[in-house]
Amino acid sequence: MYRYDAFDQRIVDERVAQFRDQTSRYLAGELSEDEFRPLRLQNGLYIQKQAPMLRIAVPYGLLSARQLRRLAHIARTYDKGYGHFSTRQNIQFNWPALEDVPQILEELAEVEMHAIQTSGNCIRNFTSDPFAGVAGDERIDPRPWAEILRQWATFHPEFAYLPRKFKIAVNGAEQDRAVIQCHDIGLDLVRDDAGATGFRVLVGGGLGRTPMIGKEIAAFVPWRDILTYCEAILRVYNRFGRRDNMYKARIKILVNSLGIDAFRARVEEEWGHGRGGPATLTEEEVARVTSHFVDPDYRPLAGDDAGYLSELGRDKAFAAWAKRNVRAHKRPGYASVVLSLKKTGIAPGDITDGQLDLVADLAERFSFGEARATHEQNLVLADVEQSRLGELWQLLRAAGLATPNIGLLTDIICCPGGDFCNLANAKSIPVADAIQQRFDDLDYLHDIGDIEINISGCMNACGHHHVGHIGILGVDKKGEEWYQITVGGAQGNDASLGKVIGPSFARAEVPDVIERLIETYVDNRYADERFIDTARRIGIEPFKARVYTKREADRKVANG
Amino acid sequence: MAKLIVDGKICNDDWQVVPADATELPDGRLIVSLAMWRDGDERLAGRDQVGVWLEADDDPAEIALALPSLPVVAVNFPKFADGRGYSTAALLRTRYGYRGQLRAIGEVLRDQFFYLERCGFDALQPPEGRYSDTQLEAALASLADFSEPYQAAVTPPQPVWRRHVREGLAR
Repeated sequence: MYRYDAFDQRIVDERVAQFRDQTSRYLAGELSEDEFRPLRLQNGLYIQKQAPMLRIAVPYGLLSARQLRRLAHIARTYDKGYGHFSTRQNIQFNWPALEDVPQILEELAEVEMHAIQTSGNCIRNFTSDPFAGVAGDERIDPRPWAEILRQWATFHPEFAYLPRKFKIAVNGAEQDRAVIQCHDIGLDLVRDDAGATGFRVLVGGGLGRTPMIGKEIAAFVPWRDILTYCEAILRVYNRFGRRDNMYKARIKILVNSLGIDAFRARVEEEWGHGRGGPATLTEEEVARVTSHFVDPDYRPLAGDDAGYLSELGRDKAFAAWAKRNVRAHKRPGYASVVLSLKKTGIAPGDITDGQLDLVADLAERFSFGEARATHEQNLVLADVEQSRLGELWQLLRAAGLATPNIGLLTDIICCPGGDFCNLANAKSIPVADAIQQRFDDLDYLHDIGDIEINISGCMNACGHHHVGHIGILGVDKKGEEWYQITVGGAQGNDASLGKVIGPSFARAEVPDVIERLIETYVDNRYADERFIDTARRIGIEPFKARVYTKREADRKVANG
Repeated sequence: MAKLIVDGKICNDDWQVVPADATELPDGRLIVSLAMWRDGDERLAGRDQVGVWLEADDDPAEIALALPSLPVVAVNFPKFADGRGYSTAALLRTRYGYRGQLRAIGEVLRDQFFYLERCGFDALQPPEGRYSDTQLEAALASLADFSEPYQAAVTPPQPVWRRHVREGLAR
């Protein structure tokens, strides 16, 4: 992974000094609440229900063992012993004291970490494929490009006060695992006919209040020009994006109101001036950054490990875990392992200080000292020898990190919701918990197969509910918490937005509703057909009919 | 006399910014709104030096041809969190080649000084009364928040990897 040089280190050190001074001026009354707000937000610091919340950047999800240990230390020292991985591959702490934040940032800077631009109306943390560099379907490794873009966006002076937040994701594989169609800019690394590297650029995607799938603005931007091209998009947005209404301020609204062709024309015009300028990348700079992402020292292994294969035949629990939580690797004899942060009874994405320390140890022992965070709120050890999977499984199991549910119904994406977040209309964690409790039969879960349930506590959609196969959205009805259900959303290459099945439900009804939806799927599926494929084939009507007919019947009985 | 920062030093201001809705024009050197300048207000005739201030949504292209003769161009920040003026400044300095004083006016606060300066503002005029003399003196430190920024902007015009040799990771 990328290691700081003296320039990178100086920038984060200077950031700590800057924020320390800003915080002390705020506490001394020299900075008003309004003046301090964007400064703290661009350092990841929210004032939430219980306490401040600090969101720490995990650039494109990569973490070293040393960084994991530091996060464990922060959880122990400044929080209540746990942290929360977010859907943007970052980690959040929910209980730090405002006065401690400069000190926390200093301790993070010591391990090449920061909270820069993890909130606020600026270019946010870059997200990417958690299997970058190890996936078999990778065209081009997105990590060097994400790092080049990260450095370009860090404290970009022209784009620190945009109309609204701005999220960029980078994918380099055949299968998009970075949700690039739902970002302000989605970058897809591709090769042209001559084999040269470039980017297919999508713009104006996003979730939130007005969900939209991104539109292609450029089929191929040569790699040298990607920074000047992004600058052209950002400048058009900064100048012409709406600032009169925060709900209409994202770039997707500008793209939609102008139309993609007119928007493209403005960007091309702007790019005509900036193209070839000093931000044009050089082979030297790309080579410098790429040198941080060369393969680790893999052992030459012939193929699948015989011991591993026979263990799969012997131990049913191990096989169930391997089936869901172990992924193929580009190198023979290696595998990538997903550590589930979705154990029933634990808020999705939450991890304790002890688990963070353990993951650091396991990363060092099994995976070249690195781990990755996924936008599904799990962790990955990307480079594990198959022959050592059994040993790793035992250790993970003992730590509660081996729930064999990756991609299954209980692997729920869930925002912190009304338990923590000021923006939330409704709680989301108890809904996830109730669903996990209801579907506690592992055989049934495996029979249901691949399905994604995403829960957001409000329309800001941190839980990505629009792209869940089943989406659950917390809504406020006259001061009460209700939940709207969508079916048919999906991430990936064929991303789609779910459709609302009808009137919303009380919290206690939600597990029943999910059961009805699953029954509808099971009754209608063809052999081996995934939930999302059935939903696309039959549409939402059968789901709707089953859910609301049953609900009416139950009410009649109750009122009878 | 109002204080402002020019080229990193605190100065007395010998210009007056004329509000868009002003009916009386004071004596002295004036910075007038784009509308007043464009419409050729007759009261400006005979004044040797007049500058123009742009609102956040004014298009700098409108003054592009006149830039060589403008001693001061100001860009208004109606709110400090309204970032349009950063792009306006960058356009004035790069696309339109403006070399005179480029002044940030309106809600201009010290925690934005660094970004403002990087986008080409050489004059920073905080709201009158916002900072005491001591506070303004202390605020100069914010101009040096970061010593080696990553990306190209108006200043410095090259990204860090063109300004310095950066070594890759040796294996």
